[in-house]
Amino acid sequence: MSSSSAPPDMQPPQMRDGASAGPPIDADRPTGGRLRLVMDRLVTGAVSAVSVAVALLTVSLVVALLVRSLPVLGLQSLAEMITGTVWHPLQGKFGFWPFIVGTLWVTVLAMLLATPACILTAIYLAEYAATGLRAVVRPMIDVLAGIPSVVYGLFGVLVIVPLVRDRLAPAAAEHLSGVPLLAPGKVSTGYCVLAAAVVLALMVTPVIISVAEEVLRGVSPGVREASLSLGATRWETVKHVSFRIAMPGLIAAVVLGFARAFGETMAVLMVAGNVAQLPGSLFDPAYPLPALIANNYGEMMSIPLYDSALMLGALILLVVVLIFNLLAELVLIWARRRSSQ
Amino acid sequence: MSHISVRNLTVAYNGHPALRDVSFDIPDRQVTAIIGPSGCGKTTFLRCLNRLIDVNNSVRVQGQVLIDGEDIFAPRADVMSLRRKMGLLSQKPQVLPMSIFDNVTYGPRLHGVRKRAQLEQIVERCLRMASLWDEVSGRLRAPAAELSVGQQQRLCLARGLAVQPEALLCDEPTASLDPISAQSIEQLFMELKNDYTVVLVTHILRQARRLADYLVFFYMGELVEHGPAQQMLSNPSDPRTRKYLEGVIS
Ligand SMILES: Nc1ncnc2c1ncn2[C@@H]1O[C@H](COP(=O)(O)OP(=O)(O)OP(=O)(O)O)[C@@H](O)[C@H]1O
Ligand SMILES: [Mg+2]
Repeated sequence: MSSSSAPPDMQPPQMRDGASAGPPIDADRPTGGRLRLVMDRLVTGAVSAVSVAVALLTVSLVVALLVRSLPVLGLQSLAEMITGTVWHPLQGKFGFWPFIVGTLWVTVLAMLLATPACILTAIYLAEYAATGLRAVVRPMIDVLAGIPSVVYGLFGVLVIVPLVRDRLAPAAAEHLSGVPLLAPGKVSTGYCVLAAAVVLALMVTPVIISVAEEVLRGVSPGVREASLSLGATRWETVKHVSFRIAMPGLIAAVVLGFARAFGETMAVLMVAGNVAQLPGSLFDPAYPLPALIANNYGEMMSIPLYDSALMLGALILLVVVLIFNLLAELVLIWARRRSSQ
Repeated sequence: MSHISVRNLTVAYNGHPALRDVSFDIPDRQVTAIIGPSGCGKTTFLRCLNRLIDVNNSVRVQGQVLIDGEDIFAPRADVMSLRRKMGLLSQKPQVLPMSIFDNVTYGPRLHGVRKRAQLEQIVERCLRMASLWDEVSGRLRAPAAELSVGQQQRLCLARGLAVQPEALLCDEPTASLDPISAQSIEQLFMELKNDYTVVLVTHILRQARRLADYLVFFYMGELVEHGPAQQMLSNPSDPRTRKYLEGVIS
C-alpha cells in the first residue's frame, strides 16, 4: 500500500488503518436500512391517518347538521329563511336574518373595539416596556385568557350593562340624535349590541395581545437596529419595519380573536338582550346565532320543525365562520407576499 | 483635537464590566481598526459610539464619548442626529423589508427629503459609491431580500451613506461574505476613508494590515495599546499585543 502511486497525504492516516476506523458507511444504504424504512412508512401512515380523521370530522359535522336540517329545508327555501326577518316558530316562520345580522354586528363591533387597543398594547409590551414591567403584565394577561366566559358575562351584567343604560345611552340620545346606528331608538335597557360587543372585546383581548406580542418579539433585533442606526425613532422603526415584518402574524392574531368571538355564546347571551329583531342601533338588543341555539335547543321541541330549524342555524353559523376564515386566509396570503418585499 | 474622543468609557452589562476605563482619540478621515480576542468588548465599544447600546436596558455606561466636544451621553444629546452622523455596518447584512430603492431612501425620507427627483439622485449616487449601481439599476423596485448576501452588504453600505454620515462604524463587515465580495467591500473602504472616519472591528489581522491607518487593541475589556498601524504592527510595546499579533492568544 505504501508503494501505491497516490501521494501519502491524500487520506488521513487513521482512515487507512482498518482497526481504528469504524465499519465503512455506504451512503446509499443506511445502517439498519429495512427497519428504519419500515418505521418511516409507519409514521408517515399514522400521521396521514390522523390528518384525514380530523378533516373527516369537519366534513361529518357539516353532513350531520345538513341531514338534521333537511326537514325544514324541504318545506321552505334556504334563501327565504336566510333573508326572512320574522322568527315565529309556532307559525312555522323561521327567518334567520336578525340572528345573522346580530352575530355580525356584535362580532365586528367587538373586533373594532379590541383590535387597535390590543395591537398597541402588544407593541408597548414588545418594544417599549422595561423587562420588569413585562414580567408582571404577561402573566396577568395569561390569567385573563383563562377566565371562564360566564365570568365575563357576569361582569357584563354587573358593570357594562348599567354603564350603557345609565351613562352611554342617555349621552348618545342627547348628543347623537339623528346619527344612524349611534342614536338609541328608544330607551335602552343596557342589554344591547354595544354591551355584548364590549364584553366580547374584553374576552378576545388577552388572546390577541398574547399572540401579537409574541409575533412582534420575533422580529429580528438586527433589522430594528439597522433602522434605529439610520436615525429612526422607536415609533418610526415600529411603523416601517417591525410592523411590516410582523404583519402576517398580526393578522393571524386578529383572526384568532375573530374566531373566538364568532362562536362565543355564554357571555354574549347574558348581555345581548336576545330579542329576535333586526337591531336598528348599537343600543338595541340583538340575538346572535349561538345564543339562539343555546337558549332554545332542548326546549319547546314539540313545535314541528323547530329542532330542524335550530340545526340549520348551527349550519349557517358554521358556514359564516368558514367563509370568514377563507377571507382571512386570502388576506394572510396577501400580507405574506407584501411583507416579504 | 480630533473629532471623536473617548474619555474614561466604562460599560457594564448587569454589573459585569465589558469595557473598563477606555480613553483614546479616533483620528479623522482614517481607518481605525479595532482588534482583540472574542468577547473583549469590540462590539460593545462600537455600539457606544452611536448609542445603539441604549436598546439594551440592563446596560450601564459611564464616562464620555465626545463628538465635536459634546458628550453624546449627555441627557440633552440628540440621539437621532447622532445616529445619523455615525453610519453602522453590521456583521450580517440587515436589509429592511422593502425594495432596494426604499432601502436607500429610508434614511433620507425620515430626515425630510420628499422630492422624487432628489431621492432618485441620492439612490444613484449612493449605489454607485457602494459599487452596486451597475448590478441593480434595472431592478430598483425588487425586494432587497432577493439580492445575494454580498450585494445586500453593499446595499447596507449605500443605505448608510444616504444619510450623509461623518463616520462609518463597521462591525466585522466582511465576516459573512465570500472572498470576492469581501474584497470589494475592502476596496470601498480604501476609497471612502478620504471622506469619512472609518472605525472597523475585525478579526482578520491581514485585513487590519491591509486597511488600517490606526490600530487599537482591546483585551478583556481593557484598551491595551493604540497607535499608528505601521508602528504597532512592526513594534508593539505591550507583550499582550505582541502575543495576539503572533497568534498566541486569540
Ligand atoms: N447583551 C449583552 N448582555 C450581557 N452581556 C453582554 C451582552 N453583549 C455582550 N456582553 C458581554 O460583554 C463582553 C463583550 O462583548 P462584545 O460583544 O463587545 O465582544 P466582542 O469583542 O465584540 O466579541 P466578538 O469578537 O466575539 O464579537 C462579553 O463578555 C459578552 O459576554
Ligand atoms: Mg462582536
